[in-house]
Amino acid sequence: MSWRTILKTATLCTALVMVADAADARAIKWARSGDALTLDPHAQNEGPTHNLLHLIYEPLILRDRTGKLLPTLATSWQIREDDPTIWEFKLREGVKFHNGNTFNADDVVFSLERALQPSSDMKGLLTFIDKVSKVDDSTVHIKTKGPNPLVPNYLTNLYMMDKQWAEANNTVTVQDYKAKVDNFSVRNANGTGAYMLVSREQDVKTVLKRNDGYWGKAEFPVGITEITYLTIKSDATRVAALISGEIDFVQDVPVQDIDRLEKNASLKVTLGPENRTIFLGLDVASPELKTSNVKGKNPFADKRVRQAVNMSIDREAIKRAVMRGQSVPAGVIAPPFVNGYTKELDALPKVDLDKAKALLKDAGYPDGFQVTLNCPNDRYINDEGICQAVTAMLAKIGIKVNLVAQPKGPHFTLIQKEPPESEFYLLGWGVPTYDSHYIFSFLYHTRAGKDGGWNATRYSNPDLDKKIQSLTGEVNAAKRNATIADVWKTLGEETIYIALHHQTLAYAMKRDLDIQVSPDNQVHMKFIAAKQ
Amino acid sequence: MNELAPLSHDLKAAPPAQAQGARPPGRGRVAAFFDSDLLHSFLRSKLVVLAALLTVAMVSAAFLAPVIAPHDPYDLKSLSLLDANTPPAWEKGGDRSFPLGTDDQGRDILSTILYGTRSSMLIGICSVLLAVGIGLSLGLWAGYAGGRVDTVIMRIADVQLTFPAILTALLIDGVALAIFRNYHFEGGKFWILVLAIGLSFWVQYARTVRGVTLVERNKEYVEAARLIGLRPLKIMFQHILPNVLGPVLVIATINLALAVITEATLSFLGVGLPPTEPSLGTMIQIGNKYLFSGSWWMVAFPGLTLALLALAVNLLGDWLRDALNPKLR
Repeated sequence: MSWRTILKTATLCTALVMVADAADARAIKWARSGDALTLDPHAQNEGPTHNLLHLIYEPLILRDRTGKLLPTLATSWQIREDDPTIWEFKLREGVKFHNGNTFNADDVVFSLERALQPSSDMKGLLTFIDKVSKVDDSTVHIKTKGPNPLVPNYLTNLYMMDKQWAEANNTVTVQDYKAKVDNFSVRNANGTGAYMLVSREQDVKTVLKRNDGYWGKAEFPVGITEITYLTIKSDATRVAALISGEIDFVQDVPVQDIDRLEKNASLKVTLGPENRTIFLGLDVASPELKTSNVKGKNPFADKRVRQAVNMSIDREAIKRAVMRGQSVPAGVIAPPFVNGYTKELDALPKVDLDKAKALLKDAGYPDGFQVTLNCPNDRYINDEGICQAVTAMLAKIGIKVNLVAQPKGPHFTLIQKEPPESEFYLLGWGVPTYDSHYIFSFLYHTRAGKDGGWNATRYSNPDLDKKIQSLTGEVNAAKRNATIADVWKTLGEETIYIALHHQTLAYAMKRDLDIQVSPDNQVHMKFIAAKQ
Repeated sequence: MNELAPLSHDLKAAPPAQAQGARPPGRGRVAAFFDSDLLHSFLRSKLVVLAALLTVAMVSAAFLAPVIAPHDPYDLKSLSLLDANTPPAWEKGGDRSFPLGTDDQGRDILSTILYGTRSSMLIGICSVLLAVGIGLSLGLWAGYAGGRVDTVIMRIADVQLTFPAILTALLIDGVALAIFRNYHFEGGKFWILVLAIGLSFWVQYARTVRGVTLVERNKEYVEAARLIGLRPLKIMFQHILPNVLGPVLVIATINLALAVITEATLSFLGVGLPPTEPSLGTMIQIGNKYLFSGSWWMVAFPGLTLALLALAVNLLGDWLRDALNPKLR
């Protein structure tokens, strides 16, 4: 190669770089600690899975960064005046799926019915549905089992699929995630969203590009042209990649690194509370714990043991040492954003090791017992560190914990399997509906039919189940809130879960980006402009 | 480099020893092992003496951990989160009762290093013993029996050699952990690691032992043993075995360092010893998370310990290899 050629190439390269810089758009490299579990829109009701799906698929109604409901594939919705059990949705016209098919009422009926299938993880949100029917191409009626004023709240993570595409590719049935079933929609996607799937390598890298035919091009900035979504599990590596400039945006900033990143002039950190609580779940009903040395009975079935565990955990110490101040210690598993939350419910149990030991002794375990604690290590902020701290705290009252920490995929499977395979586990629960019913139906309701999908405690209280079910049909807000308060009161005495803290979020990014923390930890890239 | 030069010089200058195979098997060999020339070459190399002293110091410190460590990091009852993230004693905010600081759970780094080195060394020694046991037996059998037995054993060895040892170890470890995932048994992880590392290192021994056995089995003393009607097992283990021990000892020493590093790697990857009973690798994994937050002591001290330990044992192994290799003298 002659010098001239080299010079020419160099000039050309520089020019290209300048062109790319000057445009009002940019590509973004985005890293998280864990990947979406699947691309099947209805197979997993899980935060990071929703986050990736929201880029590709769209719900009828979206919750924006401030928590407000935003018309998306539906332009308006209301209860029919002639029949309070019918919600009428007007659909947006002229919307196309990525493959060119037109979005219409058939797709809505298909998607909602798909989400109600037994293998769907979204079915628990839709227990109120009696029937979904098409009126015309742009109108859909959802008939509810009783009058239900909260229907729109339940639809913000329910994605619309293309009926034709699903039928053509044999993915009408929802992937049964816990049975490790696979289908076409797990690795392929066809939504109406602002970004289209280019390639995906599970747990490594997903590439998306801007959908040029997006209906909302004029309404939203949609400044990001290409998204490279990377899974970087190691905290240090993720932060190093951001500092070195290799990636642009880290969604799970390790709490110990916030200080250093804030001091870096080329980076920006945004902080905010998440609508999510981290807690421990206990098997309260099995006749015997498989992982325990106690045979013939289940220590956790005894309320005194649960209370002892509850009062032996020093949440303030976890906040200070493990979370570096970035958490709000909690006494209830409802985050403060949720309807039904009260300060009284959230009062922290007093740490009292002597009383805890006395309770264990009363319950017949003066020397404690053994049990296995299952913990994710790539899902919540410092999840494994929290579990280690809990292990040490329980050791002080004689409970010898065998800690098993693993990635969220296998961890969640232990919880979702029927019967569940974990007897003591860490979990975090976010509440996209901002209402207590979402917590009750997934975490406290007896696991049966559409309910209790994430309740691995084996807790079953038929009276309580009835009260929980009554919430979906109750139109009188005051009466409904009274029932919610009543359910929380019962649960407060039961100590089925042991709340640890409400999670606080930190995002870190290059200076030119402006991505604020949203309480549901969903980053909708279409809201992001690329300023230069 | 200055220290290394006299070492090689000394080795060349050492008086030639008797050819290895010519010695009669049996007693007297051990004595000969530590006979003048070996001990001589050891004492005349400062570096090797230093490495040996360092190894002895670290190993004895590790095995005396319960006596000399200021805290018991495996006793979860004694941990307090309030002590977490304390810097070393000489730094601002340090605490004298934690000379090298604490980790994110409030464990004393010094004590954890002592206990962790003990776990790492124990796993290393046990897994090397396991590998030697398997490799020696299979190598002897293959070399002595020859024919189809030889082909089968050696092809298995060849196949395993195509995979890096760490991959084999990860596979065995992963399968074992999946089986025992939810069932707690005392020391379970320890034996899983020993099995995983031991099974991934046996090939080297088998190949070496087979090679030497192939030579030895045609020698007169073996013929003689066969003539008087000794059973093959007895010939293999009583007559041939002593003659193949030399090279095995060399590989074992070098592999000890490798086994310790493999254990650390597995623990670093999160499939080794649990964070509640940290080994050196687990400590480095924990410390790695805090590299950017200024808590350098969490990763620096265990890392340094591992490096020193591996270096010292490796130097010993290298010296042993040179000293026992007749071609180099």
